[in-house]
Order: sequence, then C-alpha cells, then structure tokens
Amino acid sequence: MNAPINNKGTLDTSISRRSLMQGGAGLTFAFTFGGAANAFVDANTQGATGKLNAYVAIAPDGIITILTPAPEMGQGVNTVLPLIVAEELDADWSKVKVQQAPVDAVYNHPVFRSQYQVASLTTRGYWMPLRTAGAQARRVLMDAAAAQWGVPVTELTTEPSTVVHAASGRKLGYGEIAGFAQAPTQAPEIKPEQLKAVAQFRFLGKDVQRIDMADKASGKPLYASDVQVPGMLYGTIARAPVRGSGPTSFNRDAIKAMPGIVDAVTFDHGVGIIGNTIEQVFAARQKLKAEWKQVKGSSVNSDKDLQEYLAHLRDPNHKGVVVRQTGDANAAIAGAARIVSDEFVSDYVYHAQMEPLSCTASVTSDGVEVWAGTQWPTRCVAEAAKTAGVEPQKVKLHVLQMGGGFGRRAYVEYVVDAVLLSKAVGKPVKMIQSREEDVHAGRFRPMTAQKLDVGLDASGKIVGWRHRLAAETVYPYLYGQARLDNDKGVDFIVIAGADMPFYDVPAHVTDHIYEDRGVRVAAWRGIAAGYTNFAIEAMLDQLARETEKDPLEYRLGLLKDARAKKVVERAAQLADWGRKREGRALGIAFSKLGVPPVGFSMTGTVAEISLDRASGNIKVHNLWCVADVGLPLQPDNISAQLESSLIFSMSAALKERISIKDGAVEQSNFHDYGVIRMSEVPEIKVEVIRSGDIPLPVGELAIGGTAPAIANAFLALTATRLRHLPMSPERVKQALG
Amino acid sequence: MTIALTINGKTASAEADPQTPLLWVIREHLKLTGTNYGCGSGLCGACTVHIDGKAVASCQTAASQAVGKKITTIEGLSADNPHPLQKAWIAEQVPQCGYCQSGQIMKAAELLASNKKPTREQIVSHMDGNICRCGTYPRIVRAIERAAREA
Repeated sequence: MNAPINNKGTLDTSISRRSLMQGGAGLTFAFTFGGAANAFVDANTQGATGKLNAYVAIAPDGIITILTPAPEMGQGVNTVLPLIVAEELDADWSKVKVQQAPVDAVYNHPVFRSQYQVASLTTRGYWMPLRTAGAQARRVLMDAAAAQWGVPVTELTTEPSTVVHAASGRKLGYGEIAGFAQAPTQAPEIKPEQLKAVAQFRFLGKDVQRIDMADKASGKPLYASDVQVPGMLYGTIARAPVRGSGPTSFNRDAIKAMPGIVDAVTFDHGVGIIGNTIEQVFAARQKLKAEWKQVKGSSVNSDKDLQEYLAHLRDPNHKGVVVRQTGDANAAIAGAARIVSDEFVSDYVYHAQMEPLSCTASVTSDGVEVWAGTQWPTRCVAEAAKTAGVEPQKVKLHVLQMGGGFGRRAYVEYVVDAVLLSKAVGKPVKMIQSREEDVHAGRFRPMTAQKLDVGLDASGKIVGWRHRLAAETVYPYLYGQARLDNDKGVDFIVIAGADMPFYDVPAHVTDHIYEDRGVRVAAWRGIAAGYTNFAIEAMLDQLARETEKDPLEYRLGLLKDARAKKVVERAAQLADWGRKREGRALGIAFSKLGVPPVGFSMTGTVAEISLDRASGNIKVHNLWCVADVGLPLQPDNISAQLESSLIFSMSAALKERISIKDGAVEQSNFHDYGVIRMSEVPEIKVEVIRSGDIPLPVGELAIGGTAPAIANAFLALTATRLRHLPMSPERVKQALG
Repeated sequence: MTIALTINGKTASAEADPQTPLLWVIREHLKLTGTNYGCGSGLCGACTVHIDGKAVASCQTAASQAVGKKITTIEGLSADNPHPLQKAWIAEQVPQCGYCQSGQIMKAAELLASNKKPTREQIVSHMDGNICRCGTYPRIVRAIERAAREA
C-alpha cells in the first residue's frame, strides 16, 4: 500500500493517519525530518508486518525493522545508522533487521537535502534525526504501555525491547505493545535534552558485528553487477575517449553481424552495444572501430598542461578566483623579512574501485526499474526519469551496495547509460563497463599545480601565507555551472583543505586558477586534501628546516588548537619520535576533515621510511595515525576506515598516475595503473580519540596526512624535497640527482 | 554449445562458446555471482576460483579448460558450515565494500589447504596477487593467521 504522507512544516513530528495499521498487525512510525513537504513514500519493507513509512516497524513477534536511509560503499554506515535508531529506541539489537530505505524526500540527508553520500558526512548528518526518530518510537511504545496499565508514563522506563513499570514489576515487550497499540496522529515531540546521555549508551561506543560481514565472506549477491532479471540482455557503452565528444561513425554493420549482438546504437557520448551475453558484448566492443568528434579536449597532453599550470602560477598577473582570505596575505608577504616559496604538483588519479561501473535498467510502458550501487540515489531517480521520459514516481530504484565508491559513484552517468540501453532495445539490460572502459572513461582527481609563498618576519614567525592552485573545476560535472556561479566561483571539491584554521597564520589567501582543459574530472576520496594538505604540511617541514626547528616542535608551536596539538603529539609519541633509526627516518603531518558548521575531525600521521637509492623505491615501514573523531560510535570500524584511508592515500602518494596524450587516457588496467598491494603495506597502528559527544567525519579523514608524512620523512632522510605526486621511483631518483 | 561443468560438487551445464572465460559462465550463465569481475586480465584476483584445488583466475581460464575438472567457487567453499577462513573473516571484521573478498578467501583457502601454519611472509607472498582498494590487507593477514590457529 502506497500512502502519501502529509507533513506539516519542518518539525519532524507528524504521522499520517493512513499509516495506522489495521487489526493490530504491527506498529509503524511515520517520522519525518528535515522539512520534507508532501513526501511520497513508497513503503516497501519486505516482510515487516508494520508498514513502514520512515524508520521503524515493529512486528508483534518483536522483530524490529529499521530502515537505513543512506547507501553503503563499505564504510559501515548500514550498521551504524540503524544502531543509532536502536540505541534511542532501546531495542534489543538481536531482534533488529535492517533494510535499505527507498528513495524519498523523507530520507534526505539534512545537509544535502537529498539522499546523497559524500564528504564523510553520512553519520554526522543523520545523527540527530535518527536519534530523534528512535526516541520518538520509544516514547510511543511507552505511552501505549502507560495507557494499557493506567499509569503515568513518567513512572515507566525501558530495557532492551521492553517497557518496565518498576513500581508494579510489570513488563511489556515491544512486540506485545505493537500488537495492541495505535500510533498517535501526532508523534511525540522529543527535545535534544530528552535523548539519552552518551554515558547511557548501550551500543554506541562499543563494537557490534557489521551486519554485512557474513554476506561479504560468503559471496552473496550484493552489487549491481550481480543483478539477474528474467529476459535481461547485456550491454556496454564505448564512450568517446574525450569528454564532450561522440561518435561520428562506426562499423555498425560489422558489430551487428557478430554472434549474439542484438543492436549497436549511436548515442551522443558513445556507442552502445547490446547482446545476449556479456562475453559477446565485450567481444564486439573489441572489434569496434569508431571515429570521434574533435572537441576541446581532443589534443590534451597532460605533461604539457602541467607546465602551463606552473607558468600560470608563477605569473602574478594571472589571476584566479579568490577562494578565501583572512587578513591581507599579499601585503604581509610583500613586506616580509624573508619569503619561502615552493611548488607542488600532483597527477590525475583514478578511483580504481574494484567493481567497474555497472547498472541494470528495465524500461517498460509502466516506467523504469533500476538496480544500481550509487552514492546519489535521489539523482539516480531524477536522471533515470528524465532519460526514460517518465515522471519520477514511475522510477523504482533498488539501491544496492557498491563495490567501492570513493567518489566515483557520486554521479550517475552509468545509470543513464543503462536506461538508454534498455530504452533502445525495449528489454532489461545489465550494463557492465570493462575495466579498460572504466579507466579510459574514468573521471579523475584533477591534476594540480600549487604554489605556496610564505612570508616570515625577522624572527622566523609566519606573517602571511599565499596558496595558489591551478586545476580544472569539478563542480560543473557534479552540480552544474549554476552552482559554481552561486558559490562565487569557489569549487570546494578542488580547493578543500587549503585553509589552515588550526595554525597560527595571521594572514592567509587561497586562489584557484581555473584550467578548463576538457578532461574528465570528479571527486576522489578525500577530495582536495590529498594535494592541498600535501603542499601545506610539506611546506611546514621546509619552514621548520629554514628556522632550524624539529618538525614536531615546529608544529606544536604553530598549532593553536588543543585537539590539533594532541593528535600530532600523540602520533609522535606512538612513533617514538625522538629515537633515531639507522637508515630510516620519520616524517609527520597534521590533517583535518570537515567544515565549520558540522565540525572538524583531525589526525596526526607519522611515516617511517627507508630508501633504496639505486631503484628510487621508498619503503614505508610504519604508519602511525591518531584520529580525533569527536564521539567514536563504532571504534573498530573507525579503525578500519583509518587503515583504509591510509592505504588508499599511500597508494596515490607513491604509485598512481593517469596521463593523457592526444586527448585520451594512456592507461587501461592494473598493469599500467599500479595500485598498492599487500606486500607494500606497512605496519599500521591507529588510535582513536574521543573529544566530544558528536560523531565527526571519518571515512576520508586519514587521506590528507599520508603523502606529506612520507615526503617529510624523505626530507629528513635525504635533505631532498619531493614535490610531485606520485613520488615514483623515477621521480625520487631525479630529485636525488 | 553445451558445456558441462562440475561446480561445487554438482554438474551444471551452460550454453556458451567453449572459449568463454569461465568467469562469465560461472557468474552469468550459472548465476553463481559470488565470483567477481575486477579486471578481466588476471591482474586483480577478484575472479579467483579453485580448479582441482588450485587457485586460478577464472577470467583467464576458458570454460573448455575446466571441463572434467572440479571447480570450487566461494559458494562451495564449505559444505554446510562456514569455512574456518570465513569465520575468521567475520571475527576480524575484514570486509569493507566486500567486492574483492571472495577472491581473497579462495586464494587464502588454497594456501591453508597445503600449508597449515604459514608464516606472515608466506601469507603475504601468496596473497600478493589479490588487490583490495579498501585497505583490508592488514585484516586479511590477521584473519588468515587466525584461521590457521583455530583450524
């Protein structure tokens, strides 16, 4: 039964009468939040007898179904979000079943106002709404028990899945209550102070087993590439090598004549091939000969572009968009006793998520059904609707787990591809990109060149800091040009992390020179911090040397925030910073993740390296990372995310590089896009610090500190600066001279 | 043409060209989707299955090469109980996105079948062909060591 919910205003307290169950078959809670008005809710909890409208359904047998509003890409939110609800609900966790919420405005992330998963903000964003939803459900249960017993609700408490009246010794299980209770027309108001105190948490703060561990250890079908739909065909799209280009012609007859091929279709952006089996589709793809339109990016050569980026940075008359400024850094630097400058460059990097992009779509006269692993469910529905030419209500989206997101699945062109293919043949089509296609048509972290100029006074104190960056913009791809214009040209994806709020830098300016080259770019895990924090923290070590201070002492003197000092200090302590190692050196870096309204998490990272001068190979022996995450909800999972980010960023710091020649990506698979393997992983020790009562961003937190910690260790070991990411063996040898 | 295979102790047949990579026959013809496509070039290990007990990249194995042999996939790793590796994988909370994990477990199972007490070096050397982008490598090592201890 699909019941529209009328929400009044922005308070998350309204329940539709239509959500009431008939015949006492269970209890559902139509809690909404975030100001969603007139949300259409497709209540599709399978197997739960309470027809859910928002987060919780309780069946008379005591089974509690909790919906998780956000996608899952491996970071563990499909465990922690339901756990937050269960905590305030005071549920018996062993009775909880988790289901994926459908796409509906009622589940929108409060910050993004969409079901959208980026910026490591999933847990932080849903924290209060989910706590409130759980607490409201608990209150409804208590009110129902109070009415049943004829006692004031103030005399009641709860134990897991049980309402208790201590005075009379009576207890009622949540399931029993669901059997007779009626949800009220107005949900109870729960003020923040009525939520549980952190000290009372039963689950949060202690580890539960992640709900998908068993499935992932036994090969259960979880991903878009696993979907099997009766009558399904297979398809792939050979995208134009260059962004914005498309086919002018291709060997259509030859392709269509190949075994099992059903159709070969011209699209604006590429050639679609549809066939009976994936092996036949991939075989046909190998035989494709297409001519492509010449466009802006068709002559791109990334090495040449990088030189131009540097030339622009060095020319003070070449203006960029001023992203932010505090004080007058240009004046301070101009008047400084000494200026320390350096340049930093980083290559394009590819997400290399283990599951190449895939999506299944079925366009019929009724609408379109889509199966996708996606970071943006809401956008999937909108674009699938537009592509199929139907209303969004006619789109049924199954949100599946992603075999890696990392920002690659933060937009939905592969969903559009699947819908186009299905529409072309009038059958369900499972679209799979080959790994080669996934690389060639990849969208990369922009290549960057950065120039830092730091003014020091006579005593060596920083008086001004200028951070210039040349790179493509990502916003137009993700959000459209209008968003860039609205934000005064500030592309947060490309310049995040260039700010230094925790360091004593009295005047600071960041400017971004747009380099519109026509290359496919996107958000990559950690976004800009992977290169902006590299520049900042490598420069700080340079400044430490210039002022003859130990890098740790220098940072502790310059950091003006107690939490920041603590993570740096503690990481150094874990690494036994003061101990000299024969043939090895340590490097340290601070990093942060967040934005002022939601708060910052922070890390101190130390790397221990040695060097094989003959080969230029840097060996990382140890990484220590101390993370202040506010309130750690699931400590072991947080450790796993820190390890994950450290390894991911170490791979990019040392090995990963996409190069573009004559407009086309030169790499194609893991033989020429090398990523870190088990044998290269150092000993990793992470430590999680609690500093407050709010969970702060975690998923990408440990990205920003790794490259600079390694570069700083290299500086300590060799007195040589590495300034080009990745710090490949060739570049190391070049730098050593 | 019809290809008859023995998978996880049962016979199964598929209509496919004999040169079809075994990976696609397993996944898409026989609907055993636990074995995953990561690169199609034998570089990543996501498609690892056992043929007569040996771990192979199923994307590099023609279906015809597997005829008459015993194929084991992640679905058939253990008859009815979780394999010690699977128990260890859960105990150590190894998977994140999970996409590489079937291949990792199959590769690890080959090691433990022939070496009950591998050293850490032997584990790393054996597993080095399997890529994980989520950084679960340290936990994979611990899980293999745990499975070896608890077997």
